[in-house]
Amino acid sequence: MSSCRNPARAAIAAALVCAGAAQAQGRYPQIGRAATPQEIAAWDIDVRPDFKGLPKGAGSVAQGMAVWEAKCASCHGVFGESNEVFSPIVGGTTADDIRSGHVARLDDRSFPGRTTLMKLSTVSTLWDTIRRAMPWTAPKSLTTDEVYAVTAYILNLGGIVPDDFSLSDANIAEVQKRLPNRAGMTTAHALWPGAGGRVRPDVNATACMTNCGPAPAIASVLPAFARSAHGNLAEQNRRVGAQHGIDTASGGAKAAGGDGGGAQALALAQKYSCVACHGVEHRIVGPAFREVATRYAGRDDAVAYLAGKIRSGGSGIWGAVSMPAQPLVDADARTIAQWLSDGAPK
Amino acid sequence: MRIHIFMNAGPPPAKEGRLDSECNRPGRLLRAPENFLDAAGVRAVVAQAGQGRRDFIRGAFAAAVAAGAATAPRAHAAEDAASAMAGGDPAMLTLPAHSTGLGQPVATDGYGRPSKHEANVQRRRSPGLTQTGQSSVSFAPLQSLFGIVTPSGLHFERHHQGWWDVDPTGHRLMINGSDARIVKTPRVFTLDDLMRLPSVSRFHFIECGANTGMEWGNVAVPTCQYTHGMLSCSEFTGVPLRLLLEMCGVDFRRGRFVLGEGADGSSMTRTVPMELVESGEVFVAYGQNGEMLRPENGYPLRLVVPGVQGISWVKYLRRIEVGDQPYGSKDETLHYVDLMPGGQHRQYTSTQECKSVITAPSGGQRLQGTGFYGISGLAWSGRGAVRRVDVSVDGGRNWRSARLESPVLSKCLTRFNLDWVWDGRPALLQSRAIDATGYVQPNTRQLRAVRGTRSIYHNNAIQTWRVQESGEVDNVQLS
Repeated sequence: MSSCRNPARAAIAAALVCAGAAQAQGRYPQIGRAATPQEIAAWDIDVRPDFKGLPKGAGSVAQGMAVWEAKCASCHGVFGESNEVFSPIVGGTTADDIRSGHVARLDDRSFPGRTTLMKLSTVSTLWDTIRRAMPWTAPKSLTTDEVYAVTAYILNLGGIVPDDFSLSDANIAEVQKRLPNRAGMTTAHALWPGAGGRVRPDVNATACMTNCGPAPAIASVLPAFARSAHGNLAEQNRRVGAQHGIDTASGGAKAAGGDGGGAQALALAQKYSCVACHGVEHRIVGPAFREVATRYAGRDDAVAYLAGKIRSGGSGIWGAVSMPAQPLVDADARTIAQWLSDGAPK
Repeated sequence: MRIHIFMNAGPPPAKEGRLDSECNRPGRLLRAPENFLDAAGVRAVVAQAGQGRRDFIRGAFAAAVAAGAATAPRAHAAEDAASAMAGGDPAMLTLPAHSTGLGQPVATDGYGRPSKHEANVQRRRSPGLTQTGQSSVSFAPLQSLFGIVTPSGLHFERHHQGWWDVDPTGHRLMINGSDARIVKTPRVFTLDDLMRLPSVSRFHFIECGANTGMEWGNVAVPTCQYTHGMLSCSEFTGVPLRLLLEMCGVDFRRGRFVLGEGADGSSMTRTVPMELVESGEVFVAYGQNGEMLRPENGYPLRLVVPGVQGISWVKYLRRIEVGDQPYGSKDETLHYVDLMPGGQHRQYTSTQECKSVITAPSGGQRLQGTGFYGISGLAWSGRGAVRRVDVSVDGGRNWRSARLESPVLSKCLTRFNLDWVWDGRPALLQSRAIDATGYVQPNTRQLRAVRGTRSIYHNNAIQTWRVQESGEVDNVQLS
């Protein structure tokens, strides 16, 4: 992927740059200092696709499994399959892909995800990432051999290396030749400035001014249930201006779920950390939402009263522990209060 | 008789007598232009002014005493509004506290903040987009911004392993080579060093490669904050990287790529081709909009790579390596690769192609009735300056060219405006930008015809906002 540059032009450019370089070193004396070999060794941790920078070492699949279960599985799942915290690492590759170097499911629209092993085209990338950034909460804490071991374990989960395999600097180039998506990348496109601007843009539109194209037809809109998925848009626009935000807190959400407002009220209870002290069915520090709903079921002004109490806080009604005043806007307090006065339904 | 008297600004005189004695000094008391006063006249005026000043002080005391009580009638202002409206706007007929009381002193807040009434203007997460807050993104509220500069506190965020507030006195930048021959003398620079070197200050946009990525297949989010808010623009200040490389004695013939590396837990790395460095455009920045970088944006040092997606603007920049081939890092192999029809990924997709969006009126807003509106938006290109922006209100059938507001800068946001009178009928608002290379921003159909719908990255399609008869504006895509 290195560029095929015009040699004559390059030589001239290089000569000019060299002249500039000599000048720059003299022009700014006493700024910066030479790096020590120890400093370079401490910081120069990158590993390139040609394995330049890869330190000597080795680690087995079995050793990797032990490290994985202790330090990686909580986020990525025991088999690297988890979608809970991050995208899955393992899955979607086949023995055929190992032969072809193209992951077939990348062209299969019915296949839901794109795992790390489906995309990985250079094994150095996996090694380098684990070395510099993993584990997520304690990056750079693994030993070199542990990095080899964890890399080996992931490759084993993808069927790329056998169970009894030990990955090392000596055999990693052989593993590269078995990566399922090793031939899956291209740099032949106009978005890579390293290509020297030789590739033309792939999408060529024209600037027609009148009577252009077919009459417009709407193909996609936001579904009604998603109307309030990003919160109340009225609160995401300035209070003055040519346009104001649409109030998506009232009406929209109810129509959305048909759930009696429970989802929205509970989302607010989550947002304002009400749920730290109140369960729906069970009391925690304060009363359960269902208890509150029962107590005020017969009260005509329950919504206004409860909205007021949510915002002002109170003490003495439910026990010794007082509830502090809550800094939520009135509309949100009323949404929760309405849900409580409706009996706190699911 | 009206007597006009003009006094120099300054502390009020301690004694009338002293002022009197100074009256005749030129500059201390300026004569009213239409009346030349004699000495007796000046004394009379000064005496009146002194009397008036005492009255003012007495008045201020009375106002302070009444301040508590004054809030009581205020509370009924809304109820009074209906009856008062016959005679005029109660917001004008009843003077507010800020017109009748004493305001706050200087330096109440040593690093000021926006009005409390601007609390709705916030950067926000998109619910459900990521499971963690440390590997996530927040979107800039484009719908509420003016001009081209993003206030630093509203700059979009993208963190890979959480953000840090790094102590600048302990921060270092090291420049080395992938082998010993590419960089003659690897060097270490402190912030003190870097800030001594000649600096440049330039306005540039920064856009995440995944901006508008949720909209490749269909409409997914409601407002331009979420469709286009991984976009910001600042004036950055720093040192051209070329200068630093020259100080280290880089072999530019072999060293055709540089790797930027961050000091945070992710130690984010990205490859930048040397062509961009040699152009002088790439620099290491410590300044942003007149202050230092914000911690969320890489304080105290980040790479600025104009025209290239934000992931390459490495934050907390600790190291530059010069090498003879690209590095295939995580964020150029596993992420930030664009999936094309047929299953091939485009790697090292970096340039942000020409794009624009109308920010007002935009999705999630409501027009307050028919009549005049200004259609306003932003346009930008990673290949140079914006040459023209066209706006359509009929879904792309007919277009008018918008006004480009100055400044119009290379690889920078450009603000465009167009006058529009809304007649109350449904409308489909679109903008289409053209850059200095002649590249025309495509519509969704044209883009998908080439790249399909699964790329995630580099969606620069024309955005459509639908204005409904109710005045509500929502996000739609046309077939």
